Amino acid sequence: MAEIGAGFGDTRPRLAPGVRLHFDKTRNAWILLAPERVIEAEGPAHEILRRCDGKRTVAQIVDELAILYVADRAVIEGDVTEMLADLVAKRLVLSTQ
Amino acid sequence: MNDAAPPLLRPLGLLAELTHRCPLACPYCSNPLELESRSDELDTACWSRVFHEAAEMGVLQVHLSGGEPAARRDLLEIVAAARDAGLYTNLITSSVGLDAERLARLQQTGLDHVQLSIQDIEAGQADRIAGYDGAHVRKLAFARHVVDLGLALTVNTVIHRANIANVTALVALAAELGAGRVEVAHAQYHGWALRNMSALMPTAAQVFRAVDEVERLRAQYADRLVIDLVVPDYYATHPKPCMGGWARRSLNVTPSGRVLPCHAAETIPGLEFWSVRDNALSEIWSRSPAFQAFRGTDWMREPCRSCDRRELDFGGCRCQALAIAGDARQADPACSLSPYHSRMRELAEQAQTGASAEYRYRGRRQDGQRAAVSSIGLVEGQTAGHPAAPPPRLAISPRAGS
Repeated sequence: MAEIGAGFGDTRPRLAPGVRLHFDKTRNAWILLAPERVIEAEGPAHEILRRCDGKRTVAQIVDELAILYVADRAVIEGDVTEMLADLVAKRLVLSTQ
Repeated sequence: MNDAAPPLLRPLGLLAELTHRCPLACPYCSNPLELESRSDELDTACWSRVFHEAAEMGVLQVHLSGGEPAARRDLLEIVAAARDAGLYTNLITSSVGLDAERLARLQQTGLDHVQLSIQDIEAGQADRIAGYDGAHVRKLAFARHVVDLGLALTVNTVIHRANIANVTALVALAAELGAGRVEVAHAQYHGWALRNMSALMPTAAQVFRAVDEVERLRAQYADRLVIDLVVPDYYATHPKPCMGGWARRSLNVTPSGRVLPCHAAETIPGLEFWSVRDNALSEIWSRSPAFQAFRGTDWMREPCRSCDRRELDFGGCRCQALAIAGDARQADPACSLSPYHSRMRELAEQAQTGASAEYRYRGRRQDGQRAAVSSIGLVEGQTAGHPAAPPPRLAISPRAGS
């Protein structure tokens, strides 16, 4: 399993092969499209996912979202880490160094 | 508006059966017993219209299937049209007729994902199941091309008596090939698989062991693979929520343009299917008799009608109800509450001790030779590396009664 926790902030998450983020006009929603799966990216989730480009670190994504939502960094960090950990476990996001 | 009408959901997926032509002849093929002929196939422009209409209805993913979709010489244009419509584009292929160069062009056109069938772990046995010498070795090479290009790969393995002991090795093979996902799909006994049931059906003990194995494999490969299981239902207590409910989530367009709620729906007599040649896809989804027939729960009888699970499994599979209970409105006999449940179990037990270990291949004479006009081996020879070459003329028995 990918390590989630200490050091996770330094990893550079990216969408797994065959996974892409799509705006669906018919549902007015951001959707993560994956092999035999569709997952709605609710609320700020798409702002996290569109930054999973294999270049930004988790820490950088947290910084950007804290500015975007004018929110406490620790709260954002908890939310981002939880969501990415779930997507890494589902093999929709790959966590690379 | 009729207040009692079930809510019309937006479909998520479209299965586009581009052709029924296929070089392989797998004995569990999901194509109908009466295959549609090449001369009846929709053209590129028609498929493009279908994809754009589907996207406007809310379809997110298109599964380009067959037969073998690579038998279409316009596959590149079809993929381009699907992507132009904004659809997530999945190619379901045996790989025969697709070389590395054509695959690379498909990727450049925007193909999102490749699903490759693998019949077994060893070439001799795998080729016997596929009814095609040399298929397995080509598939292994093709899988490596897919992964080398950085394309996402799913390996699909249909599980039956001949390979059920190899589930662990099949998953290991998929991991070694670099797949990100594996489908361990127990054969579903409709059409060709029903015809070959006595050669395909495993024992209950084998089935339960194979299902347990998948649980263990999921833990073992959690950092590498998504493993999806299509559960066997002949020994089940509850039926599968077939298609996620009739006419709820997906549509299937046949090579000639008939629109079905599921790929086996044509086995149900009396259903009226509409064609994309005559109607808009949204009209077919909302109004065609075949889609209305079992949508929602109003059509149900007991034990489904009052069942707590009616919105979980939707009464199971209509085609299986027809095949075993003799009426598509019955509960799926996979359900322990069905009066035909023991009949289903008996059929499975008869099949596993059945006399026949020989497969009846589609498009072949009973002696195992290819039918005279179906020299399907030409598909690869004429199209591999030369996508613009004219496709081979393959005559497969035309649809009876149409």
